[in-house]
Amino acid sequence: MELVNIFIKSIFIENMIFAFFLGMCSYLAVSKKVKTSFGLGIAVIFVLTITVPLNFLLNKYLLEPGALKWLSPSLADVDLSFLTFIIFIAVIASMVQLVEMFVERFAPALYASLGIFLPLIAVNCAILGGSLFMQQKGFTDVSEALVFGLGSGIGWMLAIVFLASIREKISYSNVPKPLRGLGIAFIITGLMAIGFLAFMGIKI
Amino acid sequence: MAKKKAKEILFDPLFENNPITVQVLGICSALAVTVKLMPAIVMALSVMVVVGFSNLIISLMRNYIPMRIRIIVQLVVIASLVILVDLFLKAFSYDVSKQLSVFVGLIITNCIVMGRLEAFAMDNKPWPSFLDGIGNGAGYGLILIIVAFFRELFGSGTLFNHKVIPQWLYDHGYMDNGMMLMPAMALITVGVIIWVQRSLMPQLTEKE
Repeated sequence: MELVNIFIKSIFIENMIFAFFLGMCSYLAVSKKVKTSFGLGIAVIFVLTITVPLNFLLNKYLLEPGALKWLSPSLADVDLSFLTFIIFIAVIASMVQLVEMFVERFAPALYASLGIFLPLIAVNCAILGGSLFMQQKGFTDVSEALVFGLGSGIGWMLAIVFLASIREKISYSNVPKPLRGLGIAFIITGLMAIGFLAFMGIKI
Repeated sequence: MAKKKAKEILFDPLFENNPITVQVLGICSALAVTVKLMPAIVMALSVMVVVGFSNLIISLMRNYIPMRIRIIVQLVVIASLVILVDLFLKAFSYDVSKQLSVFVGLIITNCIVMGRLEAFAMDNKPWPSFLDGIGNGAGYGLILIIVAFFRELFGSGTLFNHKVIPQWLYDHGYMDNGMMLMPAMALITVGVIIWVQRSLMPQLTEKE
């Protein structure tokens, strides 16, 4: 039950884009066509689902204060938490590289459609953000971290596909000149975020 | 690219080539910290320091970095600088660092830093790179501070936590707009800033 809660919460209530503005750069840059934004969305889900649980394990058995106790009791008061950022970003960068090679080898069709987006993801704030929020929320179990990563990814994909479909339609309408492109994209996202506020009251 | 003067490198990113409104870089971690002015200013300063010094360091090393692994090298430099900033904030202003929570860490993946490294520091001398970093950090900070100013003023009627809306206005039925504190309004505020800026500088309008 707890897992379902985390899943739904991370998709709708704590949506990466509408509540925390994470991954906005690629969100605004790649949302001109539904097809490409769908591809990027899938890639984000993929990477988030892998890196969040991985970073959870690293955090639990390496970085937390006292985390090295399992090696030997004398290491109980070693605190490596200042290394968090470097370890997380290294894991993400190398995972992205691995995933890219893996996909290229075993699913060439998927690779052809994701190809350009995979390397971009290493510097997508949503990925690092997912890991940092995971650390802050203090999950107790690796399955919770996994579900959180998956849910956040799905939420991100929903948001970018929504924006892309609106932008495809809006290119036919008469937007004031200075507002065209970036300006209107911001305002649309803002209005969508107001829509998502409706989920905020839900207690689960 | 023609050589630009130091002054241009420093001041261009403030308005004409602003990282947020024109280059569309680094919006990610920007907007969530703009509910109040104080954290916005701290965030702006942190980003300025990180962009400036990572530009400087990468520019010093630019001839020694193998092209293939440059992204990892850049990430390590940025991450070390961010750790320094994070520890500094925790030591000297713990409250603000609590409010910023994960967003200090997210400076690492802030596209401004990577973007400027790739676009400028990789093929320019250290001193101009440093100026470019400081200029872009300042342009980013400027937008952050404008957004935070309006959100705090209309959202809670305060600036730096001091009341600025006089009491008699409240007595006559004025109310703070709680909506401004919601994340959604930050996006709309930035949209409006872009609108105003592009009306004033028509050369920036996007062609479709």
